[in-house]
Amino acid sequence: MSGVPLYAQFINLLAAILLLLAFAMLAQRRVLSLVNLFAAQGVALALSTAIVAFATRQPHLYGSALLTVLLKVALLPWLLHRLIQRLDVKWDVEGLINVPTTMLIGIVLVVFAFNLAFPISQLASTVTRSTLGIAIASVMLSFLMMITRRKAIPQVIGFLAMENGLFFAATSATYGMPMVVELGIALDILVAMLILGVFFFQIREQFDSLDLKHLERLKE
Amino acid sequence: MMPTPLQLVIAAIAAWLAIGALGLLRPRDLRFVSRFLFPAGAAVAVALAIVGGYAVGKLPQSTVLPLGLPDLPFHLRIDSLSAFFLLLLGATAAAISLFSSGYFRSSDGTPPGLVAMQYHAFLAAMALVLIADDAYVFMVAWEAMALASYFLVTTEHRIPEIRRAGFLYLVIAHIGAIAILLCFAVLQGGSGDYTFGSMRSMILPGAWSSIAFFLALTGFGAKAGILPLHIWLPEAHPAAPSPVSALMSGAMLKMAIYGLLRVTFELLNGQLWWWGVVALTLGLVTALFGAVFAAVQSDMKRLLAYSSIENIGIIVAGIGLVILFKSYGKSLLAGITLTAVLYHVLNHAFYKSLLFLATGSVLHATKERSLGRLGGLIHRMPWVAWLALVGTLAISGIPPLNGFVSEWLLLQAFLFTPSLPQTFVNMLVPIAAAALVLTAALTAYVMVKFYGVVFLGRPREPNLAYAKDAGRYERSALCYLATGCVLLGVLPANVTAFIDPINLMLIGASAAPRLAGNWLFLAPIDADRSSYSALIVLVVIVGVVLLTMTIVRRLYHGRVRIAPAWDCGFPLQTPRMQDTAEGFGQPIRQVFEPFFRIMQRQLPTPFDSAPRYSVRIDDHLWYWIYAPIVRGAEWIARTAGRVQQGRISVYLTYSFCTLLALLFFVR
Amino acid sequence: MTAAGFASQLLQLAIAVALAPLLVGWVNQCRAWLQNKSAPSLFLPYRTIRKLFAKDAVVAEGASGIFRTMPYIVFGAMCCAAAIVPSLATDLPFARAADAIALVGLFALARIFMALAAMDIGTAFGSLGARREMFVGFLAEPALLMVLFTASLISGSTSLTTIVDTLAHRELAIYPSLAFAGVAFTMVSLAENARIPVDNPATHLELTMIHEAMILEYSARHLALIEWAAALKLFNYSCIGLALFFPIGIAAAGDGWQATLGAAPLLVLKLAIGGALLALIETLSAKMRIFRAPEFLGTAFLLAVLGLLVNQLLGS
Repeated sequence: MSGVPLYAQFINLLAAILLLLAFAMLAQRRVLSLVNLFAAQGVALALSTAIVAFATRQPHLYGSALLTVLLKVALLPWLLHRLIQRLDVKWDVEGLINVPTTMLIGIVLVVFAFNLAFPISQLASTVTRSTLGIAIASVMLSFLMMITRRKAIPQVIGFLAMENGLFFAATSATYGMPMVVELGIALDILVAMLILGVFFFQIREQFDSLDLKHLERLKE
Repeated sequence: MMPTPLQLVIAAIAAWLAIGALGLLRPRDLRFVSRFLFPAGAAVAVALAIVGGYAVGKLPQSTVLPLGLPDLPFHLRIDSLSAFFLLLLGATAAAISLFSSGYFRSSDGTPPGLVAMQYHAFLAAMALVLIADDAYVFMVAWEAMALASYFLVTTEHRIPEIRRAGFLYLVIAHIGAIAILLCFAVLQGGSGDYTFGSMRSMILPGAWSSIAFFLALTGFGAKAGILPLHIWLPEAHPAAPSPVSALMSGAMLKMAIYGLLRVTFELLNGQLWWWGVVALTLGLVTALFGAVFAAVQSDMKRLLAYSSIENIGIIVAGIGLVILFKSYGKSLLAGITLTAVLYHVLNHAFYKSLLFLATGSVLHATKERSLGRLGGLIHRMPWVAWLALVGTLAISGIPPLNGFVSEWLLLQAFLFTPSLPQTFVNMLVPIAAAALVLTAALTAYVMVKFYGVVFLGRPREPNLAYAKDAGRYERSALCYLATGCVLLGVLPANVTAFIDPINLMLIGASAAPRLAGNWLFLAPIDADRSSYSALIVLVVIVGVVLLTMTIVRRLYHGRVRIAPAWDCGFPLQTPRMQDTAEGFGQPIRQVFEPFFRIMQRQLPTPFDSAPRYSVRIDDHLWYWIYAPIVRGAEWIARTAGRVQQGRISVYLTYSFCTLLALLFFVR
Repeated sequence: MTAAGFASQLLQLAIAVALAPLLVGWVNQCRAWLQNKSAPSLFLPYRTIRKLFAKDAVVAEGASGIFRTMPYIVFGAMCCAAAIVPSLATDLPFARAADAIALVGLFALARIFMALAAMDIGTAFGSLGARREMFVGFLAEPALLMVLFTASLISGSTSLTTIVDTLAHRELAIYPSLAFAGVAFTMVSLAENARIPVDNPATHLELTMIHEAMILEYSARHLALIEWAAALKLFNYSCIGLALFFPIGIAAAGDGWQATLGAAPLLVLKLAIGGALLALIETLSAKMRIFRAPEFLGTAFLLAVLGLLVNQLLGS
């Protein structure tokens, strides 16, 4: 391990924390804690972008880190908290499968993601390329969270966490995306949040509950 | 002139067959059978064990006996692997034969003389399997083993469940035998020569050797009890008398492991890595399955049977790891893992036999097999209880006993695997290690349940007050097995050095220069890396215990008052308030609910005047795999049965059509 | 196996046995302060143990030899474990006889004997405690082993002294897999030491007990030894955590027994901080229902496995 420079070790640590948070979100039942974990993921992401910016001397990545903090640590969690308060949702019922089984499936996905990433990461040229596997794993875990939850808010958070994972993959494998792409993605996320917020109110009006299995009745 | 080991082994087999024949002469004479025949069998077993122990590490010897068919004489051979398993067979059979002299009583099942004949034929067949050097002798001995054990399982053949269990056992045994036969057919590779010698030098093209391996895994797995062919084990072991269950669990399952080792490492030249992955996965799934099911049983012999399935799973997983290492050329690691596997085989023979024989004594004394009707037997049967405690601690893998040593070696082997070149396998191994430690932890749970419900607490039935302790013969057999467990635990370095020649034979490399250390420490690879000394741990624990006792007695006092149990001040305490077997296993049942198929459940309501609770747990695999096969077979039989019309003119028409067809086609 | 090593070994064992009740007293004091109560004396556990030794032992009628020998065996196992865990120095000759896996085995020995002794009397609470303890142990023991495996994969050995030597005395490096292992280890030690959120050590409601239910029938010197062994277990777990995750300040091999003694104040400081954190966690959490314990421990187990996988991927 002595051959790896200090900043790369920090980024490895932050990658591990990202995966840890993704796993913790999988096991959480309370919606408020989910939002807080999502904010913590945003902090880890911003820190790692800032370290990459410092180590590779690309100042535009500082801007990217700032954008991440504003959006993912401040704005989106605040929006989600307001949504939760207005919809008065505090607790998530048991998901489709129980928690231990979900976590077992999560481990299988992690192994799959690590194996997938290994040959790909040999092609990349950055020092932190081994974290690509972790990024793919956190994307998959967030997808799993979207699948196994019954209420709407955790699904949205899963979608946002997926984007976190992709962002991390970009910064670790290619040292950041062009600013245009970043701003575009950020705008898309914001618009998606607003639309989903409106959507949730409509669901609530129609079915008096946010449980998505009521939507299945629409097909009859 | 000193007789060679091979001649001594053949003499032992002949001696056993002779003892069996004597039993046939006086079938109903119980005194003759129990005072003379079984002890004689035990003496022969001890001799066999000594010969086996001597022959490990010596050069292989072979001979050809002119028995059998004119063109197919018996080829026999003894080498290090056979010698090790002969030692195991002899050591276990000695104890079990000694126990049987005190155990068998007259009943309305098979008469004692016949039981003695079947028993000694069983032992002789197992020994013959071990020294067989061609496929013909092997199959003859294998079938004789299956048949003898079938008759032993159905000793109490007046009871329908026992007959049914025996039938199931026979069917699965034959499915396995067919697979083994096909495997030998593939191994001979078209040369027509079925001796193992020619199979050793035969190089099979790629796909055929894989087919041979999987046929061997299926065939020997059916006898060993690997998923999904395990279905006979939980039925046959409880149905058989306890010494027979002990022999089956302790020795017969190991014959299947012997066969698997022989075919995979000796008869097949070169192994592929993915065979190892399959064996590893299958073994771990079997182990987890066995442990989980053992936790929810309420019959003590079924619990031990599932525990045997679990241990066989661990052994097969270890064999998978050996294949994996060997196929990547890591001979030192393969040697260490193989040592761990063989050590576990030996350990399991000792502690499982000990536990089964203890349940035999309990069954004898109380006539109860169900855990819900036992309890508090440590007061009435102290010898059996304390020796069974040694067995319980050994099987749970507690230092400094023997179960811990083989687990320790196996876990060390798992920790070396990051050095493999393939990433997929590297990732698989931590998960496999996790499954292994989970299984080991569950074993401790199961064994606490077994020991606690049977021996500790208060008696759940009033007639348990008349239970008597085991007799002389039974006690000495249990003592011998418990001593074996302790010795195997505190002298690990000697045992691993003893097993090492087998590594040389099967893997081609010896682990000895690294594995020896000295007699006190066991240090695979490197003393800096990891080392273990059971004797020092034992001495330190005992030393601290004695020191504490003396200091406390000196400084304070040793006064004791006997009083009724406190129980938080509850006035009414009955033995029925203790945990039942179902109660103790309830947390596991709840956590692992998808594994089980809960057949019927009777829950009491508050309005019952005589509330009852019962639950029956079945195996999913029976309904998913076996029931469809049985239905399919019945359907085929029914359809084919329509050919039988019952009218003579129809049968004559069949013969006439066949004649016409033959005349037409063979013109 | 030098005389200096022997001396440092005995010194470490003596300090562990002497300080363990003090750690329990400190945790109780912190917990009382955090709950705005006035705290009992720091030395209360010592006084309790002394009081208990002086009493007459009352043994239930149905008890067998297992009941009366269990306290000694459990105490012996915990002392053995304290001799292996490098809390003050890594120059421990006894550590060559037992490594991390044997350490887990010693804990299992203690747990099995406690469960058997609990079932020995034949009361409902005894078997309840035994069943719950074995259940928690069945999930916690693999998690602990996985945590130790992660550390041993990093340092290339399962011997605890070698692990500490590698982690403490090599140059500073950050090991991400140890982040997973750390969270898992915290969860496991909460469960094994019968702390909230798994078990309440101060409860008097029998149906919520795990550890207390097993020792309900014990009194006098037996109870004193069991309490001491429980304190030693907490001490051992804390020292394992410190050895794996904060090994700075542990005397290296060859430093002599004076260095061992000199490492003691730092150990006391680290344990004080650790004890305060434990009291904080206990105050902030509520006790879970026993049905949630498998989820809790399953999470710990899977996190530890994940740590191993991350180690494979990242190489550290």
